[in-house]
Amino acid sequence: MAEQGSIRVSRKDDNVVVIEKDLATEEMLLSMGPQHPSTHGVLKLECMTDGEVVTSAEPYLGYLHRCFEKHCEVVDYPGIVPYTDRMDYLTGMNNEWAYCIAVEKLLDIEIPRRVEFIRVMVSELNRIASHLVAIGTYGIDLGAFTPFLFCFRDREHILNLLEWASGARMLYNYVWIGGVAFDIPADFNKRVKEFVDYFRPKVVELYKLLTENEIFVKRTKGIGIMPADVAINYAWSGPMLRGSGVKWDLRRNDPYSVYPELDFNVPVPDGKFSDVGDCLSRHLVRALEMEESLNIIEQCISKMPGSEGFNPRSAVPKRVRPKAGEVYARAENPRGELGFYIQSDGKSTKPLRCKARSSCFVNLSAMKDLSKGQLIPDLVAIIGSIDIVLGEVDR
Amino acid sequence: MEEGRVLPQSVQQSAAAYAVIREQFGSAVSDFDANETMPFFEVLEAAKWPDIALFMRDHPKLKFNYMACLSGVDYQAEEQLGIVCNLESLGEFPHRIAVKVKCPRDGGSIPTAAYVWHTANWHEREAYDMFGMQFTGHPDLRRILCPEDWEGFPLRKDYRVQESYHGIKVPY
Repeated sequence: MAEQGSIRVSRKDDNVVVIEKDLATEEMLLSMGPQHPSTHGVLKLECMTDGEVVTSAEPYLGYLHRCFEKHCEVVDYPGIVPYTDRMDYLTGMNNEWAYCIAVEKLLDIEIPRRVEFIRVMVSELNRIASHLVAIGTYGIDLGAFTPFLFCFRDREHILNLLEWASGARMLYNYVWIGGVAFDIPADFNKRVKEFVDYFRPKVVELYKLLTENEIFVKRTKGIGIMPADVAINYAWSGPMLRGSGVKWDLRRNDPYSVYPELDFNVPVPDGKFSDVGDCLSRHLVRALEMEESLNIIEQCISKMPGSEGFNPRSAVPKRVRPKAGEVYARAENPRGELGFYIQSDGKSTKPLRCKARSSCFVNLSAMKDLSKGQLIPDLVAIIGSIDIVLGEVDR
Repeated sequence: MEEGRVLPQSVQQSAAAYAVIREQFGSAVSDFDANETMPFFEVLEAAKWPDIALFMRDHPKLKFNYMACLSGVDYQAEEQLGIVCNLESLGEFPHRIAVKVKCPRDGGSIPTAAYVWHTANWHEREAYDMFGMQFTGHPDLRRILCPEDWEGFPLRKDYRVQESYHGIKVPY
């Protein structure tokens, strides 16, 4: 920072000419967003800047607030499923599933095995699609345009598959309480296998193109480091928490559905390629997770029970009216822990209270700490690494 | 608790954790509700909530270092508002438990836990935004999802939406 009363001078023919006196040195308020490409939606950051250095950044949210929780109190239980799609619109399947797990816990119903495998498969496909968007747009934030096109090209295949299964590209309404809307089409597994075989080399290609790209590494390594204990205190989850070196994955640590039967790794950065807890680690976890999802999908294909005599709606209750009680259930979403707290009064077909614990909302809450003392371009790198979807932050 | 009922392992773990808290705080906490979907206890003296929170986070046998969720709730029949905190111990112990704290519906306040778990900061702001209970000692208690000048607290059961907002007709 220049000192009070400093002067800027210009030298010309050995004559010193004072061209500016008493430069203003106070901090400047810089508003980033709500319409800014790097905020991934409508998020406003009010940054106090000292030159290029951000001294504090205060996030302002709510631009996309649609009162999800108020809606829940006037719609019956199955009617909430489509609303959950619209929270984190990149991972509709995962959202629906997390909500259905919560209601199924309240109802205490048994889910057919084939349904579980279908759910795992579509969710993992959706997870890859979501990570592709996260990685692609992160590249764009940092000036790499090509990976974005590659990511969206491959994501298109997944959206086509999910459209084939559910009828919709993004807002599926496919996972229902107690089942799924339709059985997967004949030959679906074959096509998914084809996709897996097609996509495996693409993951490596993407890794070489972006993750190991020297410019990309320079922009992300050592930026926005979050120590593990602070991350836990902020209740971070998903790739964010694993990026800080905490091996915590709800699919392993609070297992649900058929995940205990499936064999997959939980990638955690070891500090060799990236500094543990920095933006690159978080990106790395997402990049490695896609491969694990492919492994899970392959196992689903081989382990899935046949479709003879299978009714995807056999366990779907005619009328959902859980007994009085409360439940908090969660699932591992691509962005972290998505939890639903549901309170039922035992009489109504509508929940008394339904709160969605949004992973992005919680992850974003550390933004103030994370941005202190960073350069403005690094702030873009940090927001991108949090991978927020404002639909879920604001609900 | 019914006699002879065998509790699932997860509930037993919660009950064991609760016993440690009960021993320390006695009548400040309610009895343990050993239901299977979300075992919880209630903090009867709201003023003691920060002490209990800190105790739960730091006690070597508890280590509830992870606040998964904090939900505001409107208990209209009891004329009360409340919060439900879902806590667990990440990487230390397998137990998890829910804690409820309640306050009067009109002008009620709950001491903040934002100094114990950072994540409570935004969750409490959201609860305040939606239900209107105060969190005493909160570092930055402002609305978070609704605009600053929004009237009323939307998730209260008796909420009536305002007629117009800056000249825009609201209810449709």
